[in-house]
Amino acid sequence: MRARMRIDWIVNSILVPLVSVAAGFVVAGLAVAATGADPLVAFTALFEGAFTNRNAFAETLVSTVPYVFLGLGVALGFRAGLFNIGAEGQFYIGALTGVFIGYSIRGLPFFIEMPLALLAGMAGGFAWAAIAGFLKARFGAHEVITTIMLNYVAFLVANYLVDTPGLMLAPDVSTPRTPDVDANAVLPIILAGSRLHAGFILALIAVPLVWFLIERTTVGFQLRAVGFNQGAARAAGMSVGRTMVLAMGLSGALAGAAGIVQVLGIGRHMTDTVAAGYGFDAIAIALLARSNPWGILPAALLFGALHNGASFMQLQTDVSADLISIVQASVIIFIAAPAIVRWIFRLRAEGAASIQITSREAETPV
Amino acid sequence: MTSFLSQLDPISLLSITLVTATPLTLAALGGMMCERSGVVNIALEGIMLTGAFVGYAVAFATHNLWVGVLAAIAAGMLIAALHAALSINFLVDQIVSGTVINILAVGITGVFYRNFIESQNTAGPGTLPQWNVPFLSGIPVLGPIFFQNQFVTFAMLALIVIVHFTLFHTVWGLRTRACGEHPRAAETAGINVYFVRYVNVIASGALAGLGGAYFSLQQIGNFLPGMTGGRGFIGLAAMIFGQWTPVGAFLASLLFAGSDQVGSRLQSVFHVPIPLQFLGMLPYVLTIVVVAGAMGRAVAPAAVGRPYKKS
Repeated sequence: MRARMRIDWIVNSILVPLVSVAAGFVVAGLAVAATGADPLVAFTALFEGAFTNRNAFAETLVSTVPYVFLGLGVALGFRAGLFNIGAEGQFYIGALTGVFIGYSIRGLPFFIEMPLALLAGMAGGFAWAAIAGFLKARFGAHEVITTIMLNYVAFLVANYLVDTPGLMLAPDVSTPRTPDVDANAVLPIILAGSRLHAGFILALIAVPLVWFLIERTTVGFQLRAVGFNQGAARAAGMSVGRTMVLAMGLSGALAGAAGIVQVLGIGRHMTDTVAAGYGFDAIAIALLARSNPWGILPAALLFGALHNGASFMQLQTDVSADLISIVQASVIIFIAAPAIVRWIFRLRAEGAASIQITSREAETPV
Repeated sequence: MTSFLSQLDPISLLSITLVTATPLTLAALGGMMCERSGVVNIALEGIMLTGAFVGYAVAFATHNLWVGVLAAIAAGMLIAALHAALSINFLVDQIVSGTVINILAVGITGVFYRNFIESQNTAGPGTLPQWNVPFLSGIPVLGPIFFQNQFVTFAMLALIVIVHFTLFHTVWGLRTRACGEHPRAAETAGINVYFVRYVNVIASGALAGLGGAYFSLQQIGNFLPGMTGGRGFIGLAAMIFGQWTPVGAFLASLLFAGSDQVGSRLQSVFHVPIPLQFLGMLPYVLTIVVVAGAMGRAVAPAAVGRPYKKS
């Protein structure tokens, strides 16, 4: 019996993700071949761009940092039965509130200034996501629609604030951007000669913290109870609505952390242009990790490598960096439909429940 | 007052509103077919993007806009079939499956756009011609609004009627709704639930694919990455606000489209000093408000979102 469970665990947590990633590359390879390019050349460039020298690997780790926070955020939402598809908007709002504190409050020592900006970013992300949590808890508005819409609103808010003189626009700049944050808010470089910054350490700390929060605290227990069975959670005296708002908020706080860490570690200010894609990446990472905080690390590293390698590949081979979206989508398909992987390996189907994000009862219509 | 009215130009305002409501309505109709049969479809956005791309690429290659429109519909059906297979056969969470398709659409259109379209210097295929319906287009007020349009808008108007008739006045519609309300009972009554759901999901792909053709072949005659800009999700909200009925969804789409237009008129005509970004937010904020407000009263198909396992 134990041996049987052990095999199930190995299949579900290791074999399925590995096969999924491999299958994702096969599908993406077919897409590359369909455009007339050579998949092997493209993937070689992808790999070179991600790993082959010290700086490439450092850059991969740099790309991994926001993915860890974003993946943790979405995974935390999943555990509470919430599908936070708006991590990207929360990322920008977090960056916005964090950068505001980072440049308006000046002259504090590093150990106060940096955490202050970080907390401000997390608070921004929390508040933005909590809107969707509240609308779900109070009115039953499905978070998939509200968080997507809030993404667009967030981009426009960021654009407005950064573009408008007297608000967050820095004086005397040629392209619209906010002022730089105080030097004491900046996350220091931890690998000389690269851009790898202390945000990487923060990401490594965040993983056990989020694990502890979900698995070992009362809040985490309530969160999982609501995700597992709302009716039972309610019968046990938990406030389902409050837990939803909190879970959504925490999920957004982690996305906000990703945003502000990116600013404090790399840009030091925000511009008015937004690069899309973080929200979907985060979902892919959380699904690949099966919503387990520890699993987020390897999943984020994989996507960091893909992200970093893809730009190099685009330069070298003219295959669009959007290729990694195809890898992602295929990975999710195989992860979410273990029946397919089991079918490939002719494994028996028992215990192969597909991933269930939305809770069964009290489901709100989309 | 009259000068205000003439400045506001209500006829052109309504006309533009109807046109911009076109993809929203088509997405909403697609979502409706799908959800009435019990399958949630948040993939509409990705399906529209795929339709927009494939429609444009094929029109570009064949120099024929109409082949492009057909290709957009076919591409929508094909990618919707993937959603059907994942959510019906493989029992994947329908939200996850929809997300997969949205991501896949970004990837596929992005990769092929870069390789085949971005580098082309030749002129594009242009846009679908404007048709004036003989006699009817001459009617004051109604004529310019309803009877002087391009193909996708005419098709949208016809499809409202067709979907309404199909859902509420045919045996197929009855079966569809049965599968969405109580699949077990439907199967007991001899209905093949999987088949009904498959057909409806693929039909929703056709509708959303046509909606995609609006962007690339009717509106601007070009393809741009991410050009659907969340319209699939707004269409889904219109479906909810319209209580899963075609006419309701159409009116809701007009509301969303109108909010876009009225905002920009307020600024350009009355010089109301509203920052551009806030006007841009209007449809998105309105969608949030409407989804929150409508949800209490909305009655979704009872079995929507639940994978059905044959017993």
